Amino acid sequence: MSERHKGHLKVYLGYAAGVGKTYRMLEEAQALKRQGIDIVVGYFEPHGRKETIAMTEGLEFVPRRAIPYNNAAFEEMDTDAILSRRPAVAVVDEFAHTNVPGSERLKRWQDVHALLDAGIDVIATMNVQHLESLNDQVWHVTGVRVRETVPDWVIDDADEIVFVDLTPQALRNRLERGVVYASDKAQKAMDNFFTETNLAALREMAMRHTAHEVEEKLSAAPPPAVVDILAPAGRDLRPQADAEPRRKERILICLTGNPFSAVLIRRGKRVADYLQADCLAIHVAAPGEDREGVERHMSFARNLRIETHTVYAAEAPRAIADFARQQLITQIFMGRSAPRPWYRSLRETVVQAVAAHSREMQVIIVASRRR
Amino acid sequence: MADRTDHRPDPEELLRRVQAGERRERRGRLKVFLGYAPRVGKSFRMFDEGRRRKQRGQDVVIGSLQGSLTPDLETILANLEVIPPVREHHAGRVWDVINLAAIFRRHPSTCLIDGLAFDNPPGSRNPHRWEDVEELLDRGIAVITAVNLQHIEEKQDAVERITAKRAANSVPEEFLLEADEIEVVDAPTEALIGRALDASMPDPRQLAELREMALLLAADVVERQLQVYLDDHCIAVRWGAQERILVCLTARSNARAMLESGHRNALRFHGALMAAYVERTRLDAADRERLDANLELARQLGAEVHRLSNDDFVEAILDFAREQRVTQVFLGHTGRERRWWEPRSSVDRLIDAAEDFDLRLFPHREAR
Repeated sequence: MSERHKGHLKVYLGYAAGVGKTYRMLEEAQALKRQGIDIVVGYFEPHGRKETIAMTEGLEFVPRRAIPYNNAAFEEMDTDAILSRRPAVAVVDEFAHTNVPGSERLKRWQDVHALLDAGIDVIATMNVQHLESLNDQVWHVTGVRVRETVPDWVIDDADEIVFVDLTPQALRNRLERGVVYASDKAQKAMDNFFTETNLAALREMAMRHTAHEVEEKLSAAPPPAVVDILAPAGRDLRPQADAEPRRKERILICLTGNPFSAVLIRRGKRVADYLQADCLAIHVAAPGEDREGVERHMSFARNLRIETHTVYAAEAPRAIADFARQQLITQIFMGRSAPRPWYRSLRETVVQAVAAHSREMQVIIVASRRR
Repeated sequence: MADRTDHRPDPEELLRRVQAGERRERRGRLKVFLGYAPRVGKSFRMFDEGRRRKQRGQDVVIGSLQGSLTPDLETILANLEVIPPVREHHAGRVWDVINLAAIFRRHPSTCLIDGLAFDNPPGSRNPHRWEDVEELLDRGIAVITAVNLQHIEEKQDAVERITAKRAANSVPEEFLLEADEIEVVDAPTEALIGRALDASMPDPRQLAELREMALLLAADVVERQLQVYLDDHCIAVRWGAQERILVCLTARSNARAMLESGHRNALRFHGALMAAYVERTRLDAADRERLDANLELARQLGAEVHRLSNDDFVEAILDFAREQRVTQVFLGHTGRERRWWEPRSSVDRLIDAAEDFDLRLFPHREAR
């Protein structure tokens, strides 16, 4: 699946701390070691969990590297040391981790890419709430804005995703027994993040996302040689071929310096991923706008592998519609227009104007949910 | 077609819930491990859980064992008590039947049952093993069991379409939905192929399709259990992990484009598709006919059709969308610019009010 890397990436995906991702990863490491494969632990976060720590017995650790920051020393994975050790396989905990400033790379997943580029296979762990595309949904469900995110394409590029399941009841039992956190922290966790509803919702997201990844890999693979399916009544779960070949969907996201643009970008990209559509972003430059905000959103979009364009025009709706037509766009994603003072309320908003100008396209006004 | 008015549970519904709650308290807890294919390791996970419960001091026994034992499994089983099934010979076939009487006498706190989908021989107390499990639960014994996707009755057509094979015995999906806990045993398809020693194993593509189906089935079960929990605790939420699409139909809207797009989106997201129209008394015959045709098309595309009665179109849509936790609303628009003397259109009002869902605008077919 991954075209850029020589190494093979496998990710154990969980829905919360304590479901057993690290344990499963180490279990596999032990099995590989028994088969005589040269394997090291690149990074391991023990969290004081006895059963998990016991699982590391006999495995070779590459020591972490201390990085001074703000008069304190932080420990990060020593990517260079792993590279010079050159094992066949490295296991790396907490794939979504952000490195301390002063590290060579910003994110641990970038360190992992360096290992993969060198031909080292990596087995990693991650929780579903770190996926960029789910950031707003997770915030909406749990009230927590997850800061450490991983662009979806990084996970799409992984060769294997394995969902690590545990029922919320079992997870809460583990918390109660003090297996996951020290007991004072555990009670707090159960009252806040680890509620039955939060856990159930996160778990469902992880299941659906893993199913989505499996389907993505299926549609990337060549179709089966023999098609002998006479579908009887009932729903065929596989994506169905349309009766007539359809124009490929192309999505255009209209972004500005408004903070809501981040939500807009994530949502547009997520829909594009599910519809297997192309995804572009446009910004119509206006005088006096928040240049810094615009630049931040443009670079955020590019990090998610969205093609960005800037257009200079006096009239934004017309410019967006013209660009969309020229680019064969089928769906335009926008935020709601800002509330207007009463004396301007008789004139139409940008959204209305874009809809009026782009009659052959769908216009999507993205939800601006509050908690 | 559902008519929507008030959605508070009626007294009978509340009574049912209380009774169900009482029954749940007396009953043993049921936990099911769900696998997408043979050898994903669901039995191992089940017995491993039994081992851990025993370590924590619970009284655990094994009520049935399937197939050959791997060395890993033997280590786990070494410390667990087995109540051996009764071997019966019937019409030239050998059947292993759970020894219910012995388990009742022994009355453990937890009983492990492998091979949930097995049938019992003719003349048995229960035709199916899952019914034996129900009896254990009724006696207050907790059960941990394991089942594969191809044995879930409601999924067997779909599985057969993928593998061209159909398992002879099955368990109703309701059994899964009623379980207190369901856990997915996931594994990369590649890992199974290495172990495939016989021709009965599906090919990699088939395995991937089964895997996706099992994950989505589990997600649906989780969603439903979450809904029950929320209802029981009277918690109203406006979110869900599943995409829920609502197509608003009118006589004038470009229904085909909206419904086809909605259908495609629902398929891609494995979401729900709904269509709604707001009842109007003043519809001429031609418009009525157009609307009926649109509703028929909606049904054909698998949409759940709802009639909303509210004088205010925007309010009707907003209320319904909130109640159904809709994530996307599809709506037609004329695309014509509003003249300054005209009142604000429904589309404009919905745009302003739509906070919780995406609003997807489709131009009407008619030119301006």
